[in-house]
Amino acid sequence: MAALTEEQTMIRDQAQAWVTEQAPVAKFRAMRDSGVEQGFQAETWQAMVDMGWTGIIVPEQYGGSDLGYLTFGIVLEETGKQLTASPLLASALVGASALLLGGTEAQKQAWLPKVVDGSEILTLAVDEGPRHAPNAIALQAEKTADGFSLTGRKTMVLEGGSATALIVATRTSGSAGDAEGITVFLLPADTAGISRQVLKTADSRGYANIDFEDVLVGEDAILGELDQGAELLTDILDRGRAGLAAEMLGTAAQAFAMNLDYLKTRVQFGQVIGAFQALGHRAAILFSEMELARSCVEAALQGIDGEAPSQAQLCSLAKCKAGAFLHHMSNELIQIHGGIGMTDDFDAGFYLKRARAVEGAYGNQAFHRNRYAQLLDF
Amino acid sequence: MVERSNEQEAFRQSVRTWLDENFPPTLKGKGAELLGYGEYTGPLQDDASLWQQRLGGKGWGTPTWPSQYGGGGLDHIQTKILHEEMNRIGAFNPIIVLAGMGVTMVGPTILEYGTEDQKIRHLPPMCRGEIRWCLGYSEPNAGSDLASLATKAEDQGDSWVVNGQKVWTSGADISQWCGALVRTDSKAKKRNGISFLMLKMDQPGIETRPIKLIAGASPFCETFFTDARADKTDMLGNLNDGWSVGKRLLQHERASQTGVRNTGGGKSEALQDMAKRYVGADAEGRLDDADLRLRLANHLMDAQAHGLTISRIAAEARGNVEVSASASILKNSATHVAQTQSELTLELMGHSGLGWEGEGFNDAELATVRNWLSGKAMSIYGGSFEVQNNIISKNILGLPENTQKG
Repeated sequence: MAALTEEQTMIRDQAQAWVTEQAPVAKFRAMRDSGVEQGFQAETWQAMVDMGWTGIIVPEQYGGSDLGYLTFGIVLEETGKQLTASPLLASALVGASALLLGGTEAQKQAWLPKVVDGSEILTLAVDEGPRHAPNAIALQAEKTADGFSLTGRKTMVLEGGSATALIVATRTSGSAGDAEGITVFLLPADTAGISRQVLKTADSRGYANIDFEDVLVGEDAILGELDQGAELLTDILDRGRAGLAAEMLGTAAQAFAMNLDYLKTRVQFGQVIGAFQALGHRAAILFSEMELARSCVEAALQGIDGEAPSQAQLCSLAKCKAGAFLHHMSNELIQIHGGIGMTDDFDAGFYLKRARAVEGAYGNQAFHRNRYAQLLDF
Repeated sequence: MVERSNEQEAFRQSVRTWLDENFPPTLKGKGAELLGYGEYTGPLQDDASLWQQRLGGKGWGTPTWPSQYGGGGLDHIQTKILHEEMNRIGAFNPIIVLAGMGVTMVGPTILEYGTEDQKIRHLPPMCRGEIRWCLGYSEPNAGSDLASLATKAEDQGDSWVVNGQKVWTSGADISQWCGALVRTDSKAKKRNGISFLMLKMDQPGIETRPIKLIAGASPFCETFFTDARADKTDMLGNLNDGWSVGKRLLQHERASQTGVRNTGGGKSEALQDMAKRYVGADAEGRLDDADLRLRLANHLMDAQAHGLTISRIAAEARGNVEVSASASILKNSATHVAQTQSELTLELMGHSGLGWEGEGFNDAELATVRNWLSGKAMSIYGGSFEVQNNIISKNILGLPENTQKG
């Protein structure tokens, strides 16, 4: 854990206590079993709003507390531990970031207070096929007399079923693959011509495919500059990646804790299985991986807070390292627990499924390895 | 805060002035080469010798050590500033290399466990880079199971008389002093009958035989003790408490092995640029070998993650890099990064990465082969990769002692 301020320590302790008591994995299980379509519980979300988590990166004049991304990451790590489902990342981190990075003063005033009070749920709609490919955006936004008309499809949109407003990456000129010609719009999710297909995914969280058919928006719905949205989109995504990496670190850290506990209590051949060197070494290696991944995640969040020139590289590093560790850790969680790990009654499966789902969000390890190499010019 | 940073600025200015006046410009950026990439064994000559005397005299070769024992008496922020200023002008610290195991391991342990007399006798010459130390730890039958060591020391009134054999004593043939773990109570349980002795190497009872390694050089020796003598005043720590002294020293060793090839003074070519030079790149600048490109990206990520972890642990300790169990994590990580770097460098060099000596290969290519081979020792010395994992699982994770003891 980075050297935290007093305030950050307080927020972490509060988050830890609340998540453990009010939103533990048992609550997620109950939601899954009841088949809540939106993928989170309303009371959980309201409690997060009440604790001020939706305003962590929002400046005070828009109702937030302006505590920065590292602080947000601290909270997300805690929610990640118990798989607490909510639109916190999609709306209060990614959505708020989009407004802070690309919004006009009027847009910020109109939207940010509502992101903070939870009355609006924002999300970023970027991918259009089975893989994360922000360079391949093809959803057409055609110029009309008094604005634009959007037609196309977005896939696997985080909290896509419950979002009240969509941040949509579109193509206003050029063709798929061009950096030039991307424009980002922010529009209400109930705008005429939008239809949503809510998805039932392995991790039981909220995702939707979203179709746009002649969806009419005004020019005032543009975030950032017309045709020049590629850089804005990348910056929004990088913030999402760092935040998601923090959540993934939390998820993996909890899986590690569950494994360690099992190594100390499960007895076979007359001794606790943690006494076997083969298992002790695996735990040591996983712990080392966790320490290294944590450094990357915190450096990315701090890099955003400090506007470091290398933040793109740090965000790819964080998402990749958190992804690699979570993948390894969630598989070991099943393996070390043996048969019990395979049962639905035990929580290990939730961690494995979640690990697989977040791996692809905002770019998988392969995407970020490739990007890392590109950023280093090879 | 502002006042503090003014103080730091003033210190930075004074460092700059001192370096301007004392660092010979002829040595700029030549540190790594002059010090044989950390393996230099002989005394320094000319300007390099002058620089050693000046830096050592100022105590800045051991900047954090107390000034009454020859150190610089600087705090961690001042030390950081000193290193930044030295890096800025391509200056380097030869004292660490010249002292062998002295500055990185024996010295910090003497600071913790030594008597006042021991500190005054042993530390100042170390700070000046005049005395090289080696370590007598491993024995032919006590490697990873170090506590089985059998070299014996007997009390003979005014001195300890030592008999036995050590192995893997780095630089024993060129060192003036040796810190050795010896058995002083053969009846006690393994770990309880060990003491830490400091011995002068120049005496009839000590013989050293260099061991030639796969990389061709002989950085290690076998060291034989036949009625060798150590002064009564040269036991470090208490009688039969050498295991804790020795373990502490190893933590310092690990802490010193957490960096990756960090001799300083002179930047080498970035690995990805070297790769492009040997392998070639496509029109968009991507390395022509897609497989190597991804493994290279993985490696650079590992290296960055390692560096970030060192910084994070330092920040959490508020600038005071604590010698702790986390040193085991960093040692294994540093080893992994350095060994992978060597393997990848060889791979990207292709046929050019096979040279042993002579014509047909440039110096960097020949050095890469030797570094690759000598680097294999990294996961063996100072507690092997496996021993570090024993330490992590036991000391950090609180898992029960393994049936095979570490």
